[in-house]
Parts: sequence; structure tokens; C-alpha cells
Amino acid sequence: MEDCLAKKMEITVSEAEKRTGRNAMNIQETYTAYLIETRAVESQSDGQCAPVESLWRRYSEFELLRSYLSVTYPHIVVPPLPEKRADFVWHKLSADNMDPDFVERRRIGLENFLLRVASHPVLCQDKIFYSFLTQEGGWKEMVNETGFQLKADSRLKALNATFRVKNPDKRFTELKHYSDELQSVISHLLRVRARVADRLYGVYKVHGNYGRVFSEWSAIEKEMGDGLQSAGHHMDVYAASIDDILEEEEHYADQLKEYLFYAEALRAVCRKHELMQYDLEMAAQDLTSKKQQCEELATGTVRTFSLKGMTSKLFGQETPEQREAKIKVLEEQIQEGEEQLKSKNLEGRDFVKSAWADIERFKEQKNHDLKEALISYAVMQISMCKKGIQVWTNAKECFSKM
Amino acid sequence: AASTPKPLPSSGPKSLREMPHPLATSSSEEMGPALTPSPDLLLPRSIADKDLSLPNGTPVDTSSPASSSSLLNRLQLDDDLDVETRDLFVTVDDPKKHVCTMETYITYRVTTKTTRAEFDLPEYSVRRRYQDFDWLRNKLEESQPTHLIPPLPEKFVVKGVVDRFSEEFVETRRKALDKFLKRITDHPVLSFNEHFSVFLTAKDLNAYKKQGMALLSKMGESVKYVTGGYKLRSRPLEFAAIGDYLDTFSLKLGTIDRIAQRIIKEQLEYLVELREYGPVYSTWGGLEVELSEPLEGVSACIGNCCTALEELSEDMTEDFLPVLREYILYAESMKNVLKKRDQVQAEYEAKLEAVALKKEDRPKVPTDVEKCQDRVECFNADLKADMERWQNNKRQDFRQLLMGMADKNIQYYEKVCVT
Repeated sequence: MEDCLAKKMEITVSEAEKRTGRNAMNIQETYTAYLIETRAVESQSDGQCAPVESLWRRYSEFELLRSYLSVTYPHIVVPPLPEKRADFVWHKLSADNMDPDFVERRRIGLENFLLRVASHPVLCQDKIFYSFLTQEGGWKEMVNETGFQLKADSRLKALNATFRVKNPDKRFTELKHYSDELQSVISHLLRVRARVADRLYGVYKVHGNYGRVFSEWSAIEKEMGDGLQSAGHHMDVYAASIDDILEEEEHYADQLKEYLFYAEALRAVCRKHELMQYDLEMAAQDLTSKKQQCEELATGTVRTFSLKGMTSKLFGQETPEQREAKIKVLEEQIQEGEEQLKSKNLEGRDFVKSAWADIERFKEQKNHDLKEALISYAVMQISMCKKGIQVWTNAKECFSKM
Repeated sequence: AASTPKPLPSSGPKSLREMPHPLATSSSEEMGPALTPSPDLLLPRSIADKDLSLPNGTPVDTSSPASSSSLLNRLQLDDDLDVETRDLFVTVDDPKKHVCTMETYITYRVTTKTTRAEFDLPEYSVRRRYQDFDWLRNKLEESQPTHLIPPLPEKFVVKGVVDRFSEEFVETRRKALDKFLKRITDHPVLSFNEHFSVFLTAKDLNAYKKQGMALLSKMGESVKYVTGGYKLRSRPLEFAAIGDYLDTFSLKLGTIDRIAQRIIKEQLEYLVELREYGPVYSTWGGLEVELSEPLEGVSACIGNCCTALEELSEDMTEDFLPVLREYILYAESMKNVLKKRDQVQAEYEAKLEAVALKKEDRPKVPTDVEKCQDRVECFNADLKADMERWQNNKRQDFRQLLMGMADKNIQYYEKVCVT
């Protein structure tokens, strides 16, 4: 991690701006652009801080970057982007993409994404990533020129592999299972949390009614008036405090969400393995059948039933020259096949090794991050309670002075 | 020796002594020296004795030495609710269910401890049911119409869903009945009411009740002001203000009651969600290795929060809401007293007019009425001050209760055990 980009460069997504422009189909649209600012950490030779460089990017460009990274580094668990649309909202938050709170949280999420990539030992060295941060114009073309889209595996192919693979590495199967469960449990958690937030909001807000009634009541009281009035004020404070509290909790929800999306990235790596394994198995199968064919031709025995065998029986056998030629072709193919198999095997093993290394790294990161998230959640709850104690203590004091 | 009871110059109900002593059957002690203090002190003074009054307007007879000590007692009762100077303690506890052929009902044990000389024994323990309390209250209202009688918990169960014999309901009622008797005990005049004494001491209250009924029809309990079609000319500002105050007061309390109920409802819905929330962390914990401990911890804490929240809601329902409702009832009965006062004044004004017309010198009746009115004013003011103090303390009490609950809730939160 010593030479990762994050150590050398400060990266922030500092602003978000609404823009209008014409898209590829020449239709007017509104979108949000984000300002990425970077600055070299080491000061320059004259002792001053390096200047801040900046450029604007929109969400779709981030998506493009991530696609590129996923395809180019299939053995890496690539950090996820913040959600495209607002999900798991509780009633106060809107699901509107243009809502300032949503945009703000997305800005933070995008910054987080960049920092994650920049801290990754492998990903941070990627040139395209570097250009994303530093080169405003022509970046899109650069990405497309890498031709990464061609390397991308088709969804169908991947699905097929998942079903048909015979001998995947057990660890990957387990990991896939784990990521499915993780996704399910975190979604459930986020959904319930949103409902809990909703209810808590209700409880706090109704207390605000106390404020009003106490105020009205204090108007008709003599000795009790002041006490009631000030207590009412505290009730109002209490009711208002929930907004900030829930705002903070959104941050916790976002941290969980990141890992929800990470589950998808994990699954992608597993799928890649299955694909490679399947490929390998198919290649091995192909080789075996070719070898068999060769053998059959050479010895003249037909071990397995084949249409070719039948037709040759029916329409006469081939000439020895023809057979020789066929055998030669097959032998060549077999040789090719064997080499391919060897390299595929090697590829497969390399993949498993490097993927598993990254997965271990990811696991550690996950445990660390989630532990911190839980701790900060607990701290948040404690602070919420302390505020509650404060308000009620104040109210109590007011009452005691009645 | 006080062998013959003194006839009483009062318009109130007959003295206790004129009736067969209820405890004569159970105790071998005869009425006698134990009951020497002036019986006058047990009953509201006659209207004629206006010159000797306590600062709060309660007339008093200082003819016998024993009466001065009672006088002191009463003064002290009024100003100082200190336990040491009180001479009458009443408690309501130990509810029991009785099943008879006709009905099933609950009785409560009413325990009295007293050093008052009016009582034969220092201690009494009787069983009473709600009906009996209701009877007592009616009697008090009849015999002391110018006073504010504390309210009873609601007679009928409002929502058909509530179980009359459930623990919570019985306990809430017991507390309210206890408070009712304690308030009477604390009252300088009401606590000396003979119906009250009988209530506290009689083994067979029903017998006394029946006798009371008979006497009623004969004597026609006085100070019962019927709506005799007297119209009020002008209500003194003071009382108009009190009337307005009570109206607004009831309104505000009603609103607070609704808000509190709404909060409890919201809290319960919150609780429902929390109950689902906690276990999800547990499930997640099952999935993880390193994180399982912290996740389980969070789950457990949420569970604790649920418990604490439940307790909070329960306490609010059992302690906070009934007090609100009680005060609303109190306000209602206060308004009734105000109405009576109005009628008294109206009667007085009418009679005054009649006198003016007749050109007769008949000070007696109007004077009666006037004095009555004055008494009402005094008592009203006095009791209002009482009520304020009560309210103040009560509020403090149950707000502290609420605070305590919130604290408990919060302390549970603080037990979050994430590393």
C-alpha cells in the first residue's frame, strides 16, 4: 500500500452543480456535474503546496470508469459506486435525484469511490484511472480506445457457465453463497432501518405538540405559567432535534449500502472464476474428444458411436491418404489444444491466486470498516440519548420551578 | 362523664353519637371517656358563629381545651403536610376478587391509623368496594356542598376492551382510590366529616347506609340548593374568571391527554419496528466470523431498548394518563360547585329584592345566604390555592416519573457493547 496513489495525491469531490446540455441524441437534459480536485501531497521544491487541479465529471463517466476497471481487472473486487437512484428512503427523504440532500450524499459517495480505487494496490496504478482524475478532455475516447468493451464477457455466457461448471474451487462457491446472503441481510436491514427512522421521527415530532399546548396553558396560569412556557420550549427543541439525528444516521446507512453493493462486486469475481473454470473444462473436454477421434482414425476402431462412423460405414471408407491428412490435422489441433489447456490452466490458477489474495484484502477491509461503522452508529445512538437526557432534564427543571 | 350526647345546633346530619356505635358489637369498650372532645368539631359549624374563624374562614369552637388541640391539628393540616404532625393516615391496598351468585366484584382493604380522639381505636382495617367509595363521595357532596370534593376514578369502564379484573386496571383504580382518601384526609374540614369516619371504621357499612337513607328523608339534608329558578344578576369577576379558567384548563388537559396517547401509540409502532430490527443484526452476525460479536452486541442492545421503551409506555399509561383524567374530573366538579355558588348568590339577590320590596327588616335569611356565600368564597379561594399546590407537586411527580423513564431508556442505550 506504500505507493498507492492515495498517499501521493489528495483527491476530493468537492462540489456538485446542476447542468443542462444536449446528450448524444441531441435532446436537452439536466444532469449533475461533480468537481474533482486533486493535489500532490508532497510540497514542491520551493516549499509551497502544490496547486490544486480540478475538472468536472458526471455520474455516467464514473460508471464508464468502473466498467473499464471491472473488465480489465476481473480478479479484483472493484469498489462500487453510490446508488444511481435513491433507494431505502424513509418518508422525509425524497427519491428525487435532483434533491440536494441526495446529491450531497452522492457527492460523498463518489469521493469515497475514488479514494478506494486510489488506495487499492493494483487499481491505483491504472493509467486510465489517473487520466480520469487529471485529464478533462478526450478521456472518454481514451477509454474506448482500450477496447475493453470487447473483453467484457457476455451476461449470457456467464450465466451459462454458472449452471454448467462442474468443478469450481469450493472457496468461490462459498464466497458466492456468502455474498448472496450478505446482500439479502443488508437489504433487509436497510429496509427496516428506514421504517424505524420513520417511526422515531413520528414520536419526536408529536412531542412538538406539547410545546404548543404548554404555551397555551401557561397563558391561563399564574405561578405555573413560566415553568410551563419554558418546558414547552424544550419540547420544541426535542422535536426539532430528530432532523439532525436522522441526517447523521443516513451516513451510517450509506456505509452499509457500500457493502451491499460490494456484494455484487464479489459475485462478479466468483462469476469470472466460474467462467474461466468452465472454459477450462470445455477446452479439456474438447481435447479429450479430439484425442479420441485421432485414436479411432489411427487404429480404425470405432469406440463410440458417431455419425461419421456410420456414414463411412454406409458410404465407404476413406482412402488412407484422406485418413492420414485428417490425423495430421487432428494432431496439430491436439497440440494446439494441449498448449491452450496448459495456458488456460495456468491462467486459471493465477486468477484464483490473485483473486483470492484480493478477496482476503477485501475481507480485512470489510471487517475493519464495518466495525468502525457499527461503533460510530453506537456513538450516534449514545449521543442521541444524551441529547434526550439533556432536554428532559431541562424540562424537569422547568417543571420543578412551577 | 359524657353519658348523654350533646344535641348539636347544626343543620348538618346527626352526630355520630346519636347512632348505635358500629364498633360496639366488636369491641367491649363502651362509648365514654374516649369520646370526650367536643362533637362540634366533627361537623361544620352553624352559620351563626361567624366571629370565630380560622384564617381560612373555617369557624371553630374554642370552648373546650381539647378543641384547641384539634384546632392546631387542623391548622397544621392545612399548612404543613409533614408526616409527624398528622394524626390520621389512610391507605388503600390489597385488592381481592369476590365471586357471589349475583355478581363478581373487587374489594380493597382500607387501613386507618390515627391518634385522633374521635376514634375509638388507633387502628382500623375494613374492606370496601367501589360502590362504597361512590357512596362516600355523594355523602360528602351532600353534606359539604361548598367544598370541593376530590374526584373518584371513572365509574364505568369506557372502552369495552378493558378488562375490569385485569391487574393493571385494578392497580390503577386502587391508586386512584388511595389518592381520593388521602386528599380527604388532608382536608381540614372534610377529614372530620362523620360519613368519612364511618367509612373508615364501620364493619358493616351497608347498615349505616340504610340508616342514613332513612334519616335523609326525614330531615331533608340541608344546604342542598335546588335550581329554584333564581336568575343571577351579575357574577363577580372573580368567579367568572375561575369559570373561564376551568374551561380552558379542562380543554388544555384534554389536549395533553390526546397528545400523550398519540405519543404512546407512536412509541408502540416504533417498538414494533425495533423488534424486527434487532434480530436482523443477529442474522447477519451468524453470517460473519470476525464481525459476529459486535453484530450480536448491537442486536442485544436493540433488544434492551425495546424492553425499556415498553416500560416507558406502560408507565405513561398507568401513571401519567390517569392523573390527567383525574384533574379533568376535578375541574368538572369544581365547575359544579361554581354553579351552586351562582345559585346561592342568585337566591340571595332575589331574597334581597324581596326584602327591599317588603320593607321588612328580615336580616336572617339573607344573612344566612350571605354568610354562606362568603364561606363559599373563602373555601373556593382556599381550595384553589390547594389545587395549585397539588398540581404543582403532582406535575413534578409525574414529570419526574416520565423523566425517570426516559433516563432508564437512555441508560439501556448506553449499554451498547460494540468494542
